[in-house]
Amino acid sequence: MRALDRKLARDLAAMRGQVVTIALVIASGIAVFVAAMGAYHSLLGAQTDYYRATRFADVFVSLKRAPLSLEQQLAELPGIGQLETRLVKDVTIDLPGVAVPISGRMIALPVLGETRLNRLYLRHGRFPEPNAQHEVVVSEAFANANALRPGSSLSAILNGKLQELHIVGVALSPEYVFATKLGDPLPDDKRFGIFWMDHKAMAAAFDLDGAFNDVVALLAPGAEEAAVLAGLDRLLEPYGGLVAFGRYYQPSNRYLTDEITQQGIMATTIPVIFLAVAAFLLNVVLGRLVRAQREQIAALKALGYANLMIAGHYLKFVGVVVLVGAALGIAAGILLGRVMTENYMLFFRFPVLAFRLEPWVPLLATVIGLVAGGGGALSAVRSIARLAPAEAMRPPPPAVYRQGALDRVGWTGHLSARRRMMLRGITGRPFRAVLTVLGIALAVPIVMISFFWQDALDYMIAVQFGAAERSDAVVTFTDPVRGRTRHEIEHMPGVISAEAFRSVPVRLRAEHRSYRTAISGLPADPRLRRLLDTDLHVIPLPPEGLLLSQRLGERLGVGPGDTIAVEVLEAERPVRQVPVAALVNDMIGLAAYMRIDALNRLMREGDTINSVAIAVDNREEHELYRQLKAVPKVEAVAIKMLSLRMFRETTALFVLVLAGIFSAFAVVIAIGVVYNNARIALQERAWELASLRVLGLTRAEVSRLLLAEIGAETIVAVPVGLALGYWLVRGLVALHETELFKIPPVIEIRTYAIAVVIVVLAAGASALIVRQRIDTLDLVAVLKTRE
Amino acid sequence: MGEVEIPALRSVDLDIREGEFIVLLGPSGSGKSTLLNILGGLDAPTSGQAFFREHALVAANERELTRYRREHVGFVFQFYNLIPSLTAQENVMLVTEIAEHPMNPGEALQLVGLKHRLDYFPSQLSGGEQQRVAIARAIAKRPDVLLCDEPTGALDYQTGVGVLNAIARINRELHTTAVVITHNAAIAGMADRVIHLANGTISRIEENVRKLSPEEIRW
Repeated sequence: MRALDRKLARDLAAMRGQVVTIALVIASGIAVFVAAMGAYHSLLGAQTDYYRATRFADVFVSLKRAPLSLEQQLAELPGIGQLETRLVKDVTIDLPGVAVPISGRMIALPVLGETRLNRLYLRHGRFPEPNAQHEVVVSEAFANANALRPGSSLSAILNGKLQELHIVGVALSPEYVFATKLGDPLPDDKRFGIFWMDHKAMAAAFDLDGAFNDVVALLAPGAEEAAVLAGLDRLLEPYGGLVAFGRYYQPSNRYLTDEITQQGIMATTIPVIFLAVAAFLLNVVLGRLVRAQREQIAALKALGYANLMIAGHYLKFVGVVVLVGAALGIAAGILLGRVMTENYMLFFRFPVLAFRLEPWVPLLATVIGLVAGGGGALSAVRSIARLAPAEAMRPPPPAVYRQGALDRVGWTGHLSARRRMMLRGITGRPFRAVLTVLGIALAVPIVMISFFWQDALDYMIAVQFGAAERSDAVVTFTDPVRGRTRHEIEHMPGVISAEAFRSVPVRLRAEHRSYRTAISGLPADPRLRRLLDTDLHVIPLPPEGLLLSQRLGERLGVGPGDTIAVEVLEAERPVRQVPVAALVNDMIGLAAYMRIDALNRLMREGDTINSVAIAVDNREEHELYRQLKAVPKVEAVAIKMLSLRMFRETTALFVLVLAGIFSAFAVVIAIGVVYNNARIALQERAWELASLRVLGLTRAEVSRLLLAEIGAETIVAVPVGLALGYWLVRGLVALHETELFKIPPVIEIRTYAIAVVIVVLAAGASALIVRQRIDTLDLVAVLKTRE
Repeated sequence: MGEVEIPALRSVDLDIREGEFIVLLGPSGSGKSTLLNILGGLDAPTSGQAFFREHALVAANERELTRYRREHVGFVFQFYNLIPSLTAQENVMLVTEIAEHPMNPGEALQLVGLKHRLDYFPSQLSGGEQQRVAIARAIAKRPDVLLCDEPTGALDYQTGVGVLNAIARINRELHTTAVVITHNAAIAGMADRVIHLANGTISRIEENVRKLSPEEIRW
């Protein structure tokens, strides 16, 4: 081993405390980065693979009823790669012992249980026998949520007749990675199930022999989606076809893509901030560590070592620290990534979700660490190497201080020499003080951006399920019904009040821009479902015209007073010109609202509704749900309490798992930052402090000097960090805004407090360690050496 | 390889009288620093006794040693050990603020001939001036003992003489016992007694009949 390498090994051993903490900080940054990116790539890869393997359709359209003879014509449309017609019907499910209404979607399988598109992944059991009237395959999510397995039975109302169904298999479908039912904004696996039945059996049950009511298709390579959709619409319009749509609007895909996008943004923002903070710390700490070896560097130069060799030596030092950190970080990141990915299997219904790590992810993280640490060390080496060896070997001249502004105004006049020393330690080295304060301050937002998610979710729940959605349940009908149905429901047992709504699927068009959504028709002064802006003020509904979400307005390029084309996507599919009354800053993001009477006029229909929100007396809810189940035209009953629970168990949990992991590492980094700052302060001051000890100052007096400095820096850093955190959260939230979700930048006092407490505790613990080190300062060495 | 214990000092028996000017002379490794450290309450011998007046230094705990240094000892270091962020006057104040009967910082600086440099920071002072500030800082508490570790080690001749003058003056005018470590034999001429150390033992004690003034010394 060369002598320089021996020095490296001994230096590392001597500085092991700091080497380990610095390595841990960079390890935390890398671990979070690797875990989050890995989980993101796993989800992305799983989605792509799943869609490809199951031949997930590109375009979708449903219709009333068309003869099977039309299939050939549809398949020959230009741009269609492969097409499949099928039967899809929504049904009401009755599970023994379950009071709450359950919705089901029945899909007919072609003969022999082999679909060509949207292939099922059979998890257990088998496909139904041809013509088997009572056999179904059930979606895995629903089966798991309700403890169903092959051999279980349930009953369903098919075409008005109660029928017994036997489960013969459990399967997954790319179409229902997330199964969302009507009237429910979120997937609810317990109360919405998918059932696949033999084609002939289902056709017989619904009187749809020789007919189909749903089409899915893959596009031919290079085909233009819009042209294919138009072709399908043209052919299917006579058969009550709703407007065809692409994969983008497919509900499960939309939700899945949105969740993966969220994951991607979370993976690429917070860990990057973590990594940046770790890199910053690495740069500062290693720079100072090297600077402390001034005389050794000078001696090496004097012995004839070239600058390059010396630089190489210190780069090796940095390399060892960073690589140890990187190895730890990558190992921890892979472990965590696996745990996260396993966790996601609970929300994402993929057949397999394997953890995959793109090689560039750990590589990039390591390179960032090496560059940051190496940069800090190199700049220190360069500044020393620039000196002539003889000059560098002499003790450095005393650091230059001048009378500061505080001295000139006489502010320091009545302070003790020790207080002045502390004060000038900060003001006399403004750049270093700023770096130190910034270092400590960065610990605060790191904690805040991790803990803030809980606040945002709590706020969203409070707003969405408390202030906006105040009903207990929403009853949705299969087809629009007369307005008086509201009164019928209002008179059911347990119903305290009821409000009716009309929802119309539309395509909004302004010049070349268009967007597919639904117009929600609300009563003039809704009580159970209120429209709130981001400041939680009730948005008043104008008697005429449309209210559009701010971002929908921007997307369509329209504002108040503009007129847009509304293409209704049901019944006669009229196209109307409607003025935009206002753009509103609502929470949901891309919605359109209207007064229900105005919407009825737009549709040229009388008093028509298709859902009723109800407030329920929970003493009578079982009787109410029992009666609602028996009403055939009721398609779904969304129960708020259950939706809320689902939300907490899925999306909320999903975000919180990630945020929890971030929080743990944030704490490690925060402590690492604060501790290293204290250690560096001690290292830089050790000589001064020991001199004072020799002069007769007590341990307590000397400690107070340094601790006061650390304290003062912490006191300045905390508000700076809180402000940084506030703006960072706002920035993150803006980045996280997707079409379906807009996360409110709400930070509770609790989160601020946690961040402050962690940093203050870390500072306190570091102070104690530093205090102990001061007690063991080598006083004798001070007499002989100059730093 | 087993550890071999090499004692820095062996069988040292020495009395230093109040007001005496002592020079500890010897090559490096002779044990002079260890002796000074023991006298200054920074180090304790593995065996043996050391007394300051009636106080036993060896049995003293950390707190008592700090008090001893604070009340009775003034240190002058080879590399001055000034606080760079404090002016000359403030460096002296560091000590006067914790001493019981200190002199005025300005007075201490005047004694070392630096009355005109009160508000200069160390970086604005020459090496000799810095060392004289260190001496002012050491004597401002009116110590009973002034311990100087190679006070001229980092200085040129001219500057060194100025520093030695300051030490001699304190010894003469304030009757402060002065113990100066050096490996520079020329300085020995200034002392009342010169203690020669070699290999951890006192090889010879020399009494100067006539003390030289620093100006008379040449090296």
